Amino acid sequence: MKADAFSLPAESGCAAPPEREVLRERGQREVFCGLTGIVWLHRKMQDAFFLVIGSRTCAHLLQSAAGVMIFAEPRFATAIIEERDLAGMADCHEELDRVVDRLIARRPEIRQLFLVGSCPSEVIKLDLGKAAERLGAKHAGQVRILNYSGSGIETTFTEGEDACLASLVPVMPASAPDTAPQLLLVGSLPDIVEDQFLRLFAQLGIENVGVLPARTADGLPAVGPNTRVLLAQPFLGETAQALEARGAQRIDAPFPFGAEGTTAWLKAAAQAFGIDEMHANSVIAPGRERAKRALEHHREKLAGKRISFLPDSQLEVPLARFLATELGMEPVEVGTPYLNRKLVARDLEQLPESTRISEGQDVDRQLDRVRADRPDLTVCGLGLANPLEAEGLSTKWAIELVFSPIHGFEQAGDLAELFARPLRRRDVLQV
Amino acid sequence: MRVATAMRGVHYLLHAPQGDTYADLLFTMIERRGCRPPVTYTTFQARDLGKDTADLFQRAARDAYARFDPQVMLVGSSCTAELIQDDPAGMAEAMRLPCPVVPLELPSYSRKENWGAGETFYQIVRHLADRDVRPAPHEGRRPLANILGPAALGFRHRDDVREVRGILATLGIEVNCVAPLGGWPADVARVGAADFNIVLYPEIGDSAARWLEREFKQPRTKTIPIGVGATREFITEVAALAGVDPTPALQDGESRMPWWSRSVDSTYLTGKRVFVFGDATHAVAAARVAHEELGFEVVGLGCYNREFARDVRDAAKLYGVEPLITDDHLEVEDAIAAAAPELVLGTQMERHIAKRQGVPCAVISAPVHVQDFPARHSPQMGFEGANVLFDTWVHPLIMGLEEHLLTMFREDFEFSDDAGASHLAAHSPSRHAERVSASSAPRAPAIQEEDWPPEQVRGDDEDTLWTAEAEAELKKIPFFVRGKARRNTESFAAEQGRAAIDLETLYDAKAHYAR
Repeated sequence: MKADAFSLPAESGCAAPPEREVLRERGQREVFCGLTGIVWLHRKMQDAFFLVIGSRTCAHLLQSAAGVMIFAEPRFATAIIEERDLAGMADCHEELDRVVDRLIARRPEIRQLFLVGSCPSEVIKLDLGKAAERLGAKHAGQVRILNYSGSGIETTFTEGEDACLASLVPVMPASAPDTAPQLLLVGSLPDIVEDQFLRLFAQLGIENVGVLPARTADGLPAVGPNTRVLLAQPFLGETAQALEARGAQRIDAPFPFGAEGTTAWLKAAAQAFGIDEMHANSVIAPGRERAKRALEHHREKLAGKRISFLPDSQLEVPLARFLATELGMEPVEVGTPYLNRKLVARDLEQLPESTRISEGQDVDRQLDRVRADRPDLTVCGLGLANPLEAEGLSTKWAIELVFSPIHGFEQAGDLAELFARPLRRRDVLQV
Repeated sequence: MRVATAMRGVHYLLHAPQGDTYADLLFTMIERRGCRPPVTYTTFQARDLGKDTADLFQRAARDAYARFDPQVMLVGSSCTAELIQDDPAGMAEAMRLPCPVVPLELPSYSRKENWGAGETFYQIVRHLADRDVRPAPHEGRRPLANILGPAALGFRHRDDVREVRGILATLGIEVNCVAPLGGWPADVARVGAADFNIVLYPEIGDSAARWLEREFKQPRTKTIPIGVGATREFITEVAALAGVDPTPALQDGESRMPWWSRSVDSTYLTGKRVFVFGDATHAVAAARVAHEELGFEVVGLGCYNREFARDVRDAAKLYGVEPLITDDHLEVEDAIAAAAPELVLGTQMERHIAKRQGVPCAVISAPVHVQDFPARHSPQMGFEGANVLFDTWVHPLIMGLEEHLLTMFREDFEFSDDAGASHLAAHSPSRHAERVSASSAPRAPAIQEEDWPPEQVRGDDEDTLWTAEAEAELKKIPFFVRGKARRNTESFAAEQGRAAIDLETLYDAKAHYAR
């Protein structure tokens, strides 16, 4: 279903540029699975619980990924499949019902429950959709029960959020056909960033703004033909499709990283809502100036430096765009687990011709290329960072980019700092 | 993975879905390894399911062999691959790779990590040990021993091996092979040349050592040298197996722990209630040290690996406590709350539980986080290990005492929460002035919510009634025994059928339970 995205024509309104060549590889992939999305999604959705149906491996992954958080009464857990569950299907569903009943009884504050599929549950074909329906009917009025898959065989890292949000789209209320156009901001952002954007939209004069995911179950926004979707994250292909299927229209824009990215993103929204350009400029200008000043601090350290991205989150293309156009860095290779040409078109077109774009991974071959390129900075996962450092290559570990507030004007300086810090540290250390 | 990563010249091919590579970062981050673990994952995805996965496996095997040129290849399945019908062992065999292939059967829906490491090591030894290698005649050579069990991601394995090597050197015993940690396949092949085996971590080394005992007639050690007493016994046991005089190693002057423990400063440790939980080996050893060498009272003992539960049950009898065999941390939390210890010795989990309950804690066993893979030498075994144990376990207690003193005097203006880091007028002149002018006013009573230990919040809904006076008095009791005092008083009141708990009841109960 994802492959469809490739065949879609480039957005109308700009001359279709020649398709960039992309290196596609298959082999060992050193990436997280979609379950990891739970770690930040459960912080965002305050009355949601995420129940993974999986193995001890899944539980262990969440434990490692969530680090110290798992000890703070978390709103996620793993129903561990054991040998006797593998024996027969009926038994498995009963078992799941029992676990869910107990969970709901123990945590009465929970309003949404996500049954999250994993590799083992997908392979044994446990029908979690049906289970969600059955349990949803049983607990109707108290808890909304949905399901999506975060399995490694289907999703890579941030695609877990995409699958989760897409599962919410069908239960979003329908907006009345005659209502004024509504802006829907899609993608989970740290509250502070979300609030900044909402303030900016209000100043622009866009009044009716919904946010997906909402912080609570009853805050789920409406959707319909008068909805304009503005994606805050590049990895939301499935969610965007599901929203379009309900009549919403996507606003084409680069992603809001840095002074320019955020400006273009906000302007695209303003344009879609027919906001006067002078007014838009006057609202955007102060933040934009602040962001530029903050970036100036890091420009000296970063300009001219060569950077490679290993695939991780799909943020790679927009971030490389930011580093190239706003800080003067030179992207050598930009790897992404999955390239949705349509969604990242505005960022992709700004990357230098010389940049090698790669989709998918054969990790050993890709590391050979990194060693041959010897970039000044390599953005990669924690499984590769220390080994590359030990080979004398400076690295920036990628997951931090998903957990830190990096979108918008006020975070532009922090975002640049994330890339400047490893280089500064390398220069400071005398041992 | 822990075994493959520990060894050299070994590569592990793991049939696993995309995403399972997360395990790499346990080695690169927690243990801070400077190279990737020698593991190749087939990372199949949904579109590969069907016959494709077998292809994928064979391609990955060929690529891994060509790239890493291993002397031995391990092949196995992850939990998901276990469910699909591929047979890694059969496929690898059919490929006739130019190196020995050790197939692993690791039932991931019924067994866990330690078992997997033990089984993997056992299979490696079984497949690689050369049956024609036997010890040389004893004349004209030193005794020869293998050290079995240390692995990657092991709690202090690196430093324990160094300590034990030191002991062996003092006794004039040579080391034939250390495995898995740092061992080559060739070392394992020559495992039969040793006179006996030293098993440092039974969880990983025992199956292999038992097999070697049967097939190669190599005796194995049974004492784990954690603590001064156990180290002495270990030395005696090893010396007997090697036929050498134990005296030189027993006279080791590095052992400061006995004197530290006897010095008057340690008197307050006497009878401190300690709860011990971890892997069976470390838990049993820690309980013994706590009881015999530090004078603590063991009020709880348990382990999470049921394969070695018997050892814990035996040890629990020694201290008259109910053994706790569970991998459910909520059960451990309840047990700790019920035992109301003054010190918890456990894993990373217990550290967090203890933090929540406001009890001091030290880490004695895996699983542990990055801070327990320290840069400095810090073994658990041998005499230096005993020194480390003393420092590690006593530090949180001293901190506890400090904290208590601070709480006790917190109403003193110089120690109050808003007094700032320094109470000298020069550093916070305005506050100082405020304090001076306010000090003549009567102070509010010293009752604060956060004084209450967490179990109050969870609340057992007993109907015992504390009078305000008794309640206030209870709060004057040091926080680390307050929970116990409350419980004792309540059960005393219930026993006596008293309707209210007043000062009288509180002190009657205290007298009743006096040690």
